[in-house]
Amino acid sequence: MAFEGLDELYREVILDHFKSPRHHGKLLSHDVEQEGFNPLCGDQIIVQLKIDEGKVTNIGWWGKGCSISQASSSILTEEILGKTLQEVEHKIQFFKSMMQPQGEVSKNEEEGDLEALSGVRKFPVRIKCALLGWTTLEEAINLWKKIHNS
Amino acid sequence: MKNVRPDFPILDQRVHGKPLIYLDSAATSQKPKTVIEALSHYYSTMNANIHRGIYYLSEEATIAFEKTRRKVSEFIGAKEDRSIIFTHNATEAINLVAHAWGRKNIKEGDEILLTHMEHHSNLVPWQLLAQEKGAVLKYIPITKEGFLDIERFNNLLTDRTKLLAVTHMSNVLGTINPLSHLITKAHAVGAKVLVDGAQAVAHLKVNVSELDCDFYAFSAHKMLGPTGVGVLYGKPEILESLPPFLGGGEMILEVHEEYSTWKPIPYKFEAGTPNIGAVIAFAKALDYLEHIGMDVIREHEKALTQHALYQLKEIDHLTIYGPMDANLKGGVISFNLEDIHPHDLGTLLDHEGIAIRAGHHCAQVLMKKLNVPATARVSFYLYNTPQEVDIFIDILKKARRYFNRGL
Ligand SMILES: Cc1ncc(COP(=O)(O)O)c(C=O)c1O
Repeated sequence: MAFEGLDELYREVILDHFKSPRHHGKLLSHDVEQEGFNPLCGDQIIVQLKIDEGKVTNIGWWGKGCSISQASSSILTEEILGKTLQEVEHKIQFFKSMMQPQGEVSKNEEEGDLEALSGVRKFPVRIKCALLGWTTLEEAINLWKKIHNS
Repeated sequence: MKNVRPDFPILDQRVHGKPLIYLDSAATSQKPKTVIEALSHYYSTMNANIHRGIYYLSEEATIAFEKTRRKVSEFIGAKEDRSIIFTHNATEAINLVAHAWGRKNIKEGDEILLTHMEHHSNLVPWQLLAQEKGAVLKYIPITKEGFLDIERFNNLLTDRTKLLAVTHMSNVLGTINPLSHLITKAHAVGAKVLVDGAQAVAHLKVNVSELDCDFYAFSAHKMLGPTGVGVLYGKPEILESLPPFLGGGEMILEVHEEYSTWKPIPYKFEAGTPNIGAVIAFAKALDYLEHIGMDVIREHEKALTQHALYQLKEIDHLTIYGPMDANLKGGVISFNLEDIHPHDLGTLLDHEGIAIRAGHHCAQVLMKKLNVPATARVSFYLYNTPQEVDIFIDILKKARRYFNRGL
């Protein structure tokens, strides 16, 4: 059988998110919108956030890209919906360190669908794909903060 | 064709436990032993700067360097060696023309005619020039089948057209463009023609004198040579009329505080120490290609391409971009397998030892026209075999099943 060992990257959870992305599409109303682009491969993502009283109360996204970038973005939405900005920022940092090739990951955080992405670490050229949604989210939050602090 | 694989040491290895199948020669070709050895031989026995030393080593290196110029000149059918300029790659060769010829000859309102299938290397330099000069870029569109739209070309070409910059062979579609027709027409309105030969010269017999192009640019690394060497062919009378591109050592006759004078061509355009060892080793690549024969290589690649196209056509949900007739294209096939992004396909195939390219192939304008963000691409060279094509096709079929598992 071909592709032995690749299941670590293409776990069924990931393929599932890729094929049925969560919170996919535009929001009726949003407070901030951010586009992310990976010039290396042309992957593109747009994230919209609704932020009320310091919490992410709604999220929508769409874009073009490989299964890893799309699944990671879909998983992200489930991870951060309803969380405070501080919690979201913590998650982003956590995910970034999880994507380090030798990243130390505390077991209790690596749970649920997010854990499914840990296999990407072993495929260095694909780490950027997994990060795209998260860095775009980070930029969206920074943008929101800039608007609301001035 | 004889089995050339033993001449390419890199091919004899396993990747992820599988025999390497290298299907990305359009990005860069592998190198025969003779080229690898020539590099090592140069550094072990001959290393010295050229055109400067009055001692033995420098003379030897200079002679070998100039011998490559002679070979390149013959290889592409140039009439004079002085029309061969060494650069560091095709991109630099095109930029040389954009700076030296473009700045002198392009004025506000002039038109530069490009095509939708250009590599960024033959697009961005003209954009920069057009922005600087207030010139206008026009693009020859492509047909559904992946050919240049010649009718549109005839209309786009006017007496405002000062330059036609066109690829000889598309690095995405494989399309071989009808250069003779394009060049004759362009010359008739007084335009100059630059041909991006980065793909073509590695796979087709090219004769720049017969083509009558004004400039022809390519890279050694795509034609069995080392990286870091490019070539610009230019008609000598045009090159002579141009100001230098880069200033510095090697290209001057006399330097005064306020001004300098230039060496004759080609040296006027070769500022600074070139990639001497790589240029010298490049001669071995040309020897190798000539020893096998460009016609033989072309026939071999045509057969592989036809063999691959024939099988790819039969795969459900697979879209091929570009001509479907191997007689009209080089050994380059771009495609997409529905539902699977090219990067995922790249990873899946890599896992089976197969190296393909996935992405926009430095042709984002073309990607937009094809209405895809990216494609997968296989490209063949003299060392690929029909068996490799068969394994690739087999894995491709399995990839779709694998990706849709559990659904
Ligand atoms: C058609 C074409 N033009 C230009 C180039 C640029 O070549 P280089 O990167 O060696 O300058 C390439 C190679 O990628 C190419 O395929």
